[in-house]
Amino acid sequence: MKDALVIKNLRKTYGSGFEALKGIDLRVEEGDFFALLGPNGAGKSTTLGIVSSLVNKTSGEVSIFGHDIDRDLARAKLELGVVPQEFNFNHFEKVFDILVTQAGYYGIPASRAGKAAEHYLKKLGIWDKQDVPARMLSGGMKRRLMIARALVHEPRLLILDEPTAGVDIELRRSMWQFLQEINRQGTTIILTTHYLEEAEALCRNIAIIDQGRILENTSKRDLLQKLHLETFILDTRSPLSEPPSIDGYPMRLNGEGSLELDVAKGKSLNDVFLKLAEMNIDVMSMRTRSNRLEELFVAMVEDNNAAHHDVAGKAKEGVTS
Amino acid sequence: MSARAIFVAFVTILVKEIRRYMRIWPQTLVPPAVTMTLYFVIFGNLIGSRIGSMNGFSYMQFIVPGLIMMSVITNSYSNVVSSFFGMKFQRSVEELLVSPVPNWIILLGFVAGGVSRGLITGFIVTCLSLAFTSLHVHHVLIVLTTVVLTAVLFSLGGFINAMLATKFDDISIVPTFVLTPLTYLGGVFYSIQQLPEFWQKLSLANPILYMINAFRFGILGVSDVNIGVALSMIALFIIVLFSVSLAMLKRGKGIRA
Repeated sequence: MKDALVIKNLRKTYGSGFEALKGIDLRVEEGDFFALLGPNGAGKSTTLGIVSSLVNKTSGEVSIFGHDIDRDLARAKLELGVVPQEFNFNHFEKVFDILVTQAGYYGIPASRAGKAAEHYLKKLGIWDKQDVPARMLSGGMKRRLMIARALVHEPRLLILDEPTAGVDIELRRSMWQFLQEINRQGTTIILTTHYLEEAEALCRNIAIIDQGRILENTSKRDLLQKLHLETFILDTRSPLSEPPSIDGYPMRLNGEGSLELDVAKGKSLNDVFLKLAEMNIDVMSMRTRSNRLEELFVAMVEDNNAAHHDVAGKAKEGVTS
Repeated sequence: MSARAIFVAFVTILVKEIRRYMRIWPQTLVPPAVTMTLYFVIFGNLIGSRIGSMNGFSYMQFIVPGLIMMSVITNSYSNVVSSFFGMKFQRSVEELLVSPVPNWIILLGFVAGGVSRGLITGFIVTCLSLAFTSLHVHHVLIVLTTVVLTAVLFSLGGFINAMLATKFDDISIVPTFVLTPLTYLGGVFYSIQQLPEFWQKLSLANPILYMINAFRFGILGVSDVNIGVALSMIALFIIVLFSVSLAMLKRGKGIRA
């Protein structure tokens, strides 16, 4: 399998002295659906900015389908489609013109560009808005316009930076379906998102970045296996004054008539229900507390922050002692 | 990119630029027509009739070439500065930056857009001037060369201004405080031979004087300066500004982090 994107020891220090990337390595295989996750300011957008030539790197190597961005930038750019976080089209241009112009920048003549524009505008459900100035579109339509624009020159690698931010659930689901469809057809997709359920639903491989370093880069399956416990919420028939005590199953009250239960990996839920039945506690319904990936993500980022503060604290002690 | 793909990209930028100023024609094409008509009526007709002849021509005939050049200069400059700064402001310049279009094609595309608007307004003003006076072109090639080179030069100037600008105020500073004074003092309304010697010599440091005089020579056959020197100076300025613009684009000043 070919590599769609290879990043080696990538560093970026901004003019202000802020070190956004501290030497990251990343590999995304052709055909992958890859998530780059991280809290705000972790370095996600800087990484994608460098890959898409909007940010100048300080050092390191980036190649897209084997084309190094230092030696063969034009070829690398031909392989790439970018959907940035912010709306960055001309708000006064008509939707159709935005796509045809973008295709023209890739050397696609207007006649061919027009057909490609029609195809993607229809696929994304905004063909009826082709003659409307972009500023007249709703937020969701603007997001879809940016996806159509990124695809109009048929790139093999599509980068999406928070593509569904501010989009309602129904539209988000339809965008997911569309992205899964083009991924099945062979387009490699790299996604950043704050909706971790989005990454869990769509992506096969995941990297977690924080404070300019990659904390984890593995398959979603391996990542989820690292989750040591899962938290469930149990709704009981009667309100409880205190959480029941069952060995090996820590529980907390979560408001009246609701319990939070931590279940370690490999432990059976049957034991809990048997014990609760013995205590005459009826469980009416059960649900997971939150998205599994989210729990893992929060734990990793918190660990990283703690380690960072620890090192910083020790360094400070060393200076003052 | 292949040569054909590069040509398509150039045409795309040019068409986009033409579409932009045609879409807002009441802001781009009508104002120079109105302003220049007022100049023709007030300076050419009302005041000019009392001034008499200048360099052997009626005052109206004398000022028409300068006024045509004035509209070419301001329109080619303002087209590029407002279009490119607008793209920076809306961040739609990123559409170009992520694409494989070479920097020199981006620059040529915007310059061609500025030149096209400068030439269109120049043509409109020329047509309007014919309602007030008759023009007999003395040297067509010099007229065309001068007007195109001048439009190229000021399009490049507009591009550099747009690259450096960080807010909308920055794009009006140069036209207000540099271009307009230099144009007015560049011999649009008078021959520098009428000035005292010191001011004549000082006027020779004004690059716009050379452009207006070269154009006036092409139409009327009279000039305050040597035409060869004038055209060489314009060409030299173009080379310098083109190199500066290209270096700024490569560095990504103001458009890349």
